Formats: sequence, C-alpha cells, structure tokens
Amino acid sequence: MDFLNALVVLSNFVLIPAVAYGSQLALGALGVTLIYGILRFSNFAHGDTMAFGTMVVVLVTYLFQSWGLSLGPLPTALLALPFGILGCMVLVLVTDRAVYRFYRQQKAKPVILVIVSMGVMFIMNGLVRFIIGPNDQRFADGERFIISVREFKQMTGLSEGLAIRTTQGITVVTAIIVVALLFWFLNKTRTGKSMRAYSDNEDLALLSGINPERVVLYTWLIVAALATVAGTLYGLDKTFKPFTYFQLLLPIFAAAIVGGLGNPLGAIAGGFVIAFSEVTITYAWKKVLKYLLPENLEPSSLVQLLSTDYKFAVSFAILVVVLLFKPTGLFKGKSV
Amino acid sequence: MSETTKNTALFALVAALFVLSGIFQSWNASLTILNMALISAIMALGVNLQWGFAGLFNVGVMGFVALGGLATVLIGAKPVEGAWSAGGFQILLALVLGAATVVATVLVYTRLPAGRTRTIAVLATLIIGFFIYRAVFDPAVAAVEAINPAMHGNLGGLNWLAVGRDASVRQADLFVLLAWPVGGLLAAGAAWVIGKTALGLRSDYLAIATLGIAEIIIAVMKNEDWLARGVKNVSGLPRPVPYEVTLQDSSSFVERATSLGLDPTTASTLWIKTLYAGLFSVVLVVILVMAQLALKSPWGRMMRAIRDNEVAARAMGKDVTKRHLQIFILGSAICGVAGAMMTTLDGQLTPGSYQPLRFTFLIWLMVIVGGSGNNFGAVLGGFLIYFLWIQVEPMGTWLLDALTSGLPDGNALKEHLKGSAAYMRLMTMGIVLLLVLRFSPRGLIPEK
Repeated sequence: MDFLNALVVLSNFVLIPAVAYGSQLALGALGVTLIYGILRFSNFAHGDTMAFGTMVVVLVTYLFQSWGLSLGPLPTALLALPFGILGCMVLVLVTDRAVYRFYRQQKAKPVILVIVSMGVMFIMNGLVRFIIGPNDQRFADGERFIISVREFKQMTGLSEGLAIRTTQGITVVTAIIVVALLFWFLNKTRTGKSMRAYSDNEDLALLSGINPERVVLYTWLIVAALATVAGTLYGLDKTFKPFTYFQLLLPIFAAAIVGGLGNPLGAIAGGFVIAFSEVTITYAWKKVLKYLLPENLEPSSLVQLLSTDYKFAVSFAILVVVLLFKPTGLFKGKSV
Repeated sequence: MSETTKNTALFALVAALFVLSGIFQSWNASLTILNMALISAIMALGVNLQWGFAGLFNVGVMGFVALGGLATVLIGAKPVEGAWSAGGFQILLALVLGAATVVATVLVYTRLPAGRTRTIAVLATLIIGFFIYRAVFDPAVAAVEAINPAMHGNLGGLNWLAVGRDASVRQADLFVLLAWPVGGLLAAGAAWVIGKTALGLRSDYLAIATLGIAEIIIAVMKNEDWLARGVKNVSGLPRPVPYEVTLQDSSSFVERATSLGLDPTTASTLWIKTLYAGLFSVVLVVILVMAQLALKSPWGRMMRAIRDNEVAARAMGKDVTKRHLQIFILGSAICGVAGAMMTTLDGQLTPGSYQPLRFTFLIWLMVIVGGSGNNFGAVLGGFLIYFLWIQVEPMGTWLLDALTSGLPDGNALKEHLKGSAAYMRLMTMGIVLLLVLRFSPRGLIPEK
C-alpha cells in the first residue's frame, strides 16, 4: 500500500507534469530543429513566434467565448487553434519575405542570421506586447480535471490522490497527433522527402531539381504550426505571458541541442530529457520518501535538490554536459 | 568628405541630440540620459572587444552587468552586524567545499581510466560532495537570513569604514569606487569559468550557453537572499558624490547657484549628475584609449586575423583557444565594470530589473549600429541607441496621440493604443537593427 501511495504521489507531482511539459518542449524544439536543419541557423525568435501564435489563439478564444461558442468539456482554445496557426503562418511568411530571404540569397554566415533573428525577436516581442499587453492571460475553460484527487481517492481507496488535468491530457494527445503527422509528412510525402534531402545536402538537392524556395516555404509553414500548437498547449497548461515565452527559449534550445540539432527524433527525446530533469531535480521528494523509507529514516527536510527557481540552471547544466561529452547530441545531429 | 570629418560630424550630431533634449525637455533629463549613455557606451566597448575584435558571440552581457552590480553591494554596503559571526564564514566554507567537490570530480574524471568504475566514482564524488555542501550551507544561510529580515537578512558588504558612521549625516563615500574594479574582477572570474567550458563550441552554441549563464546569474541573485537580499533589493548604497541635501545646506553652493540664476534644488541635482558624468567619462576614456591601443597593437592584429580566418591563424601557430578565452574575459570584465557603475548611479540593486532585452540585446544593437570592430563606432552607437531607447517612448506616445486624435475619447481602441505606446520601443529597436544589418551592415563608423 505504501509503495502504491508513493507511486501515486510520484505520478501526480513528477511524472504527469513532466510528460506534459516534455511534450510542450518537444514541439517547441521540433520547430527550432527544423529551422536549423533547413535554414541553417538558430532561430532566437522562436519563443516569440510561439507567443504570437498563442496570442492569436487567445484573442480568437475570447471572441468565441463572447459569442457563446464552446467545445463543452474541452477548452475553446482548441477551436481557435487553426486561426492561431494561420495567423502565425502569415507572420513568419511575411518575416521570411521581408527579412530572411535577402540573407539566404546573399549566403550570409549563420551567425549573421542569428543576429537578424535577434532583431526579429525584438519586433515580435514588441508586437505581442503591443497587441495583448505584458500581463498574464488565462484562457483555459471547459472541464478542469479528467480525474480529480477526490474521485481518485474514492475509486481506489488510497490515501494519496492523483489528479489529471484536462490540459495535461490534451497536451499529450495533441502532441502525439502532431508528431505523427509531422513524421508521416517528412517520411512519406514528396515535399517532406525533398525537405529532408535539402537538409542533408543542399547542393545535391538543388542538382536534383528541388526548388529551395518551396522547401523553405513549407518549413516555415510547419514551424508556424508547431510553434502555435506548442505555445497554446503551454498557455493552456500554465498561463499566457509574453515574457515567459521568451524565457522558454533556453529549455527549448537545450532540448534541441541535447537531442542533436537538425534531428527531429532527437528534439522529441531532448524535450523529455530536459522536462524530466527539471521536474525531478526541483521537486521536494519528502512526500515520496515518507512512504518508501522506514519510519525512523524519514527525512526531516524537504529533500529538494534545488529550489524551483533554478530550473533554468538544470536545463543549462544538462546542455553543457551534453555539449562537452557528445557535441552532436544524443541522436546524431549536425555538427556544422 | 574625409573619414575624420564624417566621424566628427556624427559625434557632433549625437551631442546635438543631447543639447536639444536639454533645451526642449530639461537639462536634468538630458543629463540622466547622458549618464546611462556613458555606461552603455562602456558596455558596448566590452561587447565590441568580443564581437568586433574576435568574433565571439556573447549574448550573456546581462549576467556580467548584474555581477558588477552585485560587486557594488558586496563592496560598498555596510557589513550587517552579526551576520559574519552568525554564519558568514560557514557560508564561505560551504562554497569552498562546493568548489572542492567540482575540482575533485574533474580530477577523478581525468585520472581514472574510462569505464564503469569511473562513472560510479564521478557520480559518487558529486553526490557525496553535494550533500556535504548542503549540510554546511543550509544552516549557515538560515542563520544569516534570520538577522533582522525586514532590514537586512544578508551578509552586507565589506565597507567597514562606514560601520561607526552616523547614518543621518549623509556624505560622499569614495570607498564605493573600489567596487568598480572589483565588479570587473567578478565578471572576469565568471567569464573564465564559462570560457573554459563553452569557448571551444561553435558560435551558436556559445550564444545559447551565454544566454543560459546570464539567466542563471540572475536567478542566483534573485534567490540567494543571504548574498544581496534577492528580490527584496538592497537600497541606500553609498555614493561617491555628495548628496543634494548637503549641497543645498551649504551657503557657498546656494550663493553660487543664485548668482547663475538657478534655484538651489535644481542646481544641486544638475551638479550631482554632472559629477557622475565626469566620473563615468574618465572611465570611458581610459577604457577607450586602452581598447584603441589594443586594436592597433600586434595583439589586436592577431585577434582580427583569428576572427577572419581561424584555420589560417592556427596554422601560423597562434593559440586560438587561449586568445579567445583572453578576450572573452577582458570584454566581460568591462561589462562588469559598467554594471558596477550603473548600480552605483542607481544607489540600489534590484535583481528583478535585469532584463535580457534591455541589458543584452540593446547593447548588441549599439555595437552593430555603431560599427562592430570600431571602438569609436561602439561608443557612438552606445550614445545614439540609448538616447533613442529613452526618447522613442514619448515619441511613440505622441505619434499614437496624433493618430488616434480622430477617435472619440474613451474609445476602447484609442485607450488600448495609448496604453501600449511603451512597447513601441522594442519594435523600433528591432526595426533599426534589421535596417542597419540590411543596408549598412558595417555600421555608422565602419571598421578600417
């Protein structure tokens, strides 16, 4: 019984939140890694791209709510998601035409593109704050829990409860669908194959008659969709605040690099590695150990390795360790 | 037009901006902007050293600036009574133990042959070391933070001279100037650790590594209350110039002010700001001269050779890694000095106010707009961009007022637009960066 209780506590506070967070990071990291693979630079504006897409979703959600539209138990944001994706696609395509295309044609060094993406980040950051303001926006509605603590306790008779929030369930389900679609697209369709070919060897791909502008166009469309989905899921799970999305850049980059930049499978693995380490290292283990250890060994402190404010430090430490010992990441990424 | 005339004209133009703001807004506002612009120019020099000379992509400027600010508290503030005896030394001991753990881990890793034994030994050293460190550290921190938490709860600084002083008599304290070089040293120490681990990596990895380090430094400063009170902020730091009140009480100052046709209050604020501007200018000039000498020396030529073709430089027998580490430390130290100066100017340390957009990316914008690789360009960029950064907000408000003047008062859109004017400056800065990169990628004063 004690063991089961410990397991329930562990799932409630560590496993389930980490799986949800990991899915969000994985989707974000997929966007970063695709841009790196195809356009060959680290996109510092990715966090703000996510924020922009999510902002459109939030605004459309508010509009639907004022019309009384809803999905019943599911959050209205799911209904607004396609509009957010469209809005974000328009934004990134305009950015690409106005900004990035010039440097692509110049064959500028990647580091110049990174600086350019910093400029784009400034503009997007300002744009989002200009439209929706810098404050928290809560836009999750519908049923809050799939299983609440009380229901779980009644069902099982355990003394510890397990809660699964609707947003966590939706996050995982959506992430699985999106990733499956993405891999189907990359592996089975003609456009997807040409994208992979372009990423592998640009010259060879050009020789085979692949149109680079088309590849780039599809990459941006996919990235916009991924970013909006990732941002919306994160916003539903927590709240939407422009500055938080900027800060998400670090764990997302960490996830993409740990997995191996340019490798989609690695991005997903990296997302979960980062999420699980962040959550386990900043979790106070006292409650779990209470059930597992004999009474006289019960810990007196919280058994928290680091305070939650240091979660950036965790993703960063993993990043550094991976870079030092396996610079191409866990899955073989590009090492250009 | 020769290059010198053009550059002089550019500097004169920026100076005119400050004069115009003095005439049309107020001299007080103009001097406030000038002081921060001087500090920003020093930061831009530091970044220019790293990016312009050596091509190192450091986006952790904010972290080094914040470390400089921390130095101002650790040096300039009065030591908190009883904090050292309560747990200060024990905290130091814990930090030494923590460092020893890291050293021991590295030793174990390098000495033992690769294999399962090594993995276990490394993990064991780390885990045991961590628990010993926490066992020593936690009680000491609790003891220090328990001392008068509403006022202190931290160790305070090393300004022993200020201990016996009467707090009601406010006077200039030159001791705090010592914090400037110490801020540089602190930043240099951090840069050494980061450089050792991250400099071997490619450019964008270094960018992400430095971005992360900066966030961690801010997180440490926000959470370690024993160090500088965390988000509770340290205020009332001593300052190297006299206080306005003291000046207003001095009859000779009042007399001189009235003879110039100024009322004593305005005169005192202006005088204090001018004194600060003088101090900052001295530092700026010293650093600028040193950077300029370095640029023209064989060392500077070697740096640029490494930047332009690393492989060739390595083939010529240059130790690229070592040179990179060296310039990374130097540039970061300059940012640290500027950070210490900024905290001195503010008279308080507020870790919550360090934002990457303001302290990292804005500095980058200064370097790129001014002209990367050219020290005068970086300084010019520092003045110009900081001026714009401050002035865009009123300009944005004015613009939006003009645009929405047709709308009736109380219109939701009008209210929203007016409220959002503050974010115009982020957009403006982004647009400036993109325009400069596109149409004049070498900046206003290009590298020779």
